[in-house]
Amino acid sequence: MQKSLHINPDKCTGCLQCEMACSYENYGVFNPAKSRIKVFDFHEAGRKVPYTCTQCAEAWCLHACPVEAIKVDAATGAKMVMDDVCVGCKVCTIACPFGTVNYVQDTGKVQKCDLCGGDPACATACPTGAITYVDADWTGLERMKQWAGKLDNQASA
Amino acid sequence: MAWAGKILRVNLTAGTCKSEPLNMKWARDYIGQRGLATKYYTEEVDAKVDPLSPDNKIIWATGPLTGTMASTGGRYSVITKGALTGAIACSNSGGYWGAELKMAGWDMIIFEGKSAKPVYLVIENDKAELHDAAFIWGKSVWETEPAIKAKHQEPQMRVSSIGRAGETGCLYAAVVNDLHRAAGRSGVGTVMGSKNLKAIAVRGTLGVGNIRDFKAFMQATVAAKKVLHDNAVTGQGLPTYGTQVLMNVINTMGALPTRNHRDVEFEGAKDISAEAMHEPRKSDGKANLVTNQACFGCTIACGRISKIDEKHFTVVNKPQYFGASGGLEYEAAWALGAANGVNDLEALTYANFICNEQGMDPISFGATVGAVMELYGMGVLTKAQLGIDAKFGSAEALTHFVEITVKGEGFGKEIAQGSKRLTAKYGHPDLSMSVKGQEFPAYDSRGIQGMGLAYATSNRGACHLRGYTVASEVLGIPVKTDPLVTEGKADLVKAFQDATAVFDSAGVCVFTTFAWTLADLAPQLAAACSSEFTLEELGKIGERVWNMERDFNNRAGFTGKDDSLPKRLMTEPAKTGPAKGLVSGLDKMLPDYYKARGWDKEGRLTKETKTRLGL
Repeated sequence: MQKSLHINPDKCTGCLQCEMACSYENYGVFNPAKSRIKVFDFHEAGRKVPYTCTQCAEAWCLHACPVEAIKVDAATGAKMVMDDVCVGCKVCTIACPFGTVNYVQDTGKVQKCDLCGGDPACATACPTGAITYVDADWTGLERMKQWAGKLDNQASA
Repeated sequence: MAWAGKILRVNLTAGTCKSEPLNMKWARDYIGQRGLATKYYTEEVDAKVDPLSPDNKIIWATGPLTGTMASTGGRYSVITKGALTGAIACSNSGGYWGAELKMAGWDMIIFEGKSAKPVYLVIENDKAELHDAAFIWGKSVWETEPAIKAKHQEPQMRVSSIGRAGETGCLYAAVVNDLHRAAGRSGVGTVMGSKNLKAIAVRGTLGVGNIRDFKAFMQATVAAKKVLHDNAVTGQGLPTYGTQVLMNVINTMGALPTRNHRDVEFEGAKDISAEAMHEPRKSDGKANLVTNQACFGCTIACGRISKIDEKHFTVVNKPQYFGASGGLEYEAAWALGAANGVNDLEALTYANFICNEQGMDPISFGATVGAVMELYGMGVLTKAQLGIDAKFGSAEALTHFVEITVKGEGFGKEIAQGSKRLTAKYGHPDLSMSVKGQEFPAYDSRGIQGMGLAYATSNRGACHLRGYTVASEVLGIPVKTDPLVTEGKADLVKAFQDATAVFDSAGVCVFTTFAWTLADLAPQLAAACSSEFTLEELGKIGERVWNMERDFNNRAGFTGKDDSLPKRLMTEPAKTGPAKGLVSGLDKMLPDYYKARGWDKEGRLTKETKTRLGL
């Protein structure tokens, strides 16, 4: 059973523990500049919003890659960048409609979220439950439950 | 490890930026941030220096845990001699700027001299350069941050800057980063402005990687985060209500200083409380509070984000104040509200926005307005002088004053001097509610006796963040003590002061101490930095930092006579509430405190104390 990263911005406080966890997992360093998940600050609205790759089923990045450096992890469904194949041409960064594949100057390769092999460090580090890792078929479960909870007149509906 | 191992020295007179290795011996003895930067400062600067002269220096410093996954590990401090006080100043801020500096590979920046024209510093990892600040001088913090990011085409930069208050010489100007987090007190922003230094913009992409033992560090930080999560104050109270949770609590105790400390209970407290911020407004049906937010790395998230009612008189035709921004924390709500008898939550939020926008300490500002309103009531100051009817309780007067004070216009120029200078000028120095020239925060020394001693002996003038015995006397952390008695308070104050000095030196937030003790911090510091950072060693370092600051103040000319409280708190008993009939028992506590500290009767460090602490 595959799982998906599920983001609820209403719960995000902007602490960036997710960004540090991501960079630590992948580079062994606390460094939001190397994180594959980013928290955006919409200051005037009072909102902090984490954003990362949604692992498209038909992944533009994967199809665009001229050297087939992006593969699907069969277990997690993650689209993975093969560092030994990637030539750093950046075509995938143009192809991705969401901007979630990015070039890394230090390595000359691109990077994107790979779901940490099925145990995403960002979700583990999130102190508020804004980032969770849930059943891929039921990303709407929590929201359905919230609305269900508002129906106090179900019997008469 | 965990230190970057590098400091940046900027000579503003010569316009040079140089890298230096961090003094690792001092890092072991003083940890970082407050302790380590104060060590550098006191070694390099003559204690008699005029705070606003080019000979004064000013330091931005991170701690070893800044920029790590330790909860709240995003702090930095600004260290200098305070413009308001003439004492050692160390103002601490959160937000994201401190972590960004560390990620760029620097532990601290030392500024020397004075620039001939306004400049700002840009740091991009190893590269540091001064730039002409002509295009941002005269601008607010809220204008400066986006202007610098746009000019350098780097939206991910973090900026620490001053607004108009720091440029125009307001003696309690703050340094503000990330739009609404501030190194707020003692006039560190004034010193920055006196050097023609407008801003420090940082982009750091190197990260923090040199943790001594990563595995042990992750274990220690996860365990410590659980302690914060499971604690009622840090896990529920602070995220839900912020520090404002205290407004009704302290008022009920009869320890909420009201109308320049004439009263100890405020009839309008409930209107400006955390609970009021949650309530839908009658006018537009929306709550003042939008959400809570965190600083870098913080798993508490006490920060208030608020929106002002768009129909409120303060923001009519001013859409620039319609957006959400940093809302009222307890100290600001008290100083802008209860200290002036103002119970208009929206007006206080507006005044707080202006303080953030233009870089001004709302505590000293609000408390100074309290003194102005008292002098007005006495007929010493007149409507003609002030430009407005300034009776206690007037939201119009408060918001008028905040606008003219940040700009240094009209009577605002005098309010910008702080209550000590202002009340002295008009012949009533006793009406300045301050210690060493710095105004009190939101706890009355008659109703919380330990705080009187903490204020009187605070190294940066009256302050709640140097020894927060409220934790013990009100909240029972770590043990409950009776707020109305003086017995045992000398040792209590010393213990809080020493422990706080360690937290302020580590790179974490002092609010963790509602849940953490040094025993929770020690394993994190030890895993990150050095196995030498044991619980016992940290206790000794805290005491060393405190005494180093004290020794500087003594050399600057402060004596035991300056460890005092205003006459009002010593002679006018609390009129109502649980502390009714009480004055501060400072005179009973102070001799015990000196003894506990190992100081002589004039409050000077004895030779034995210096030797024992390695000073």
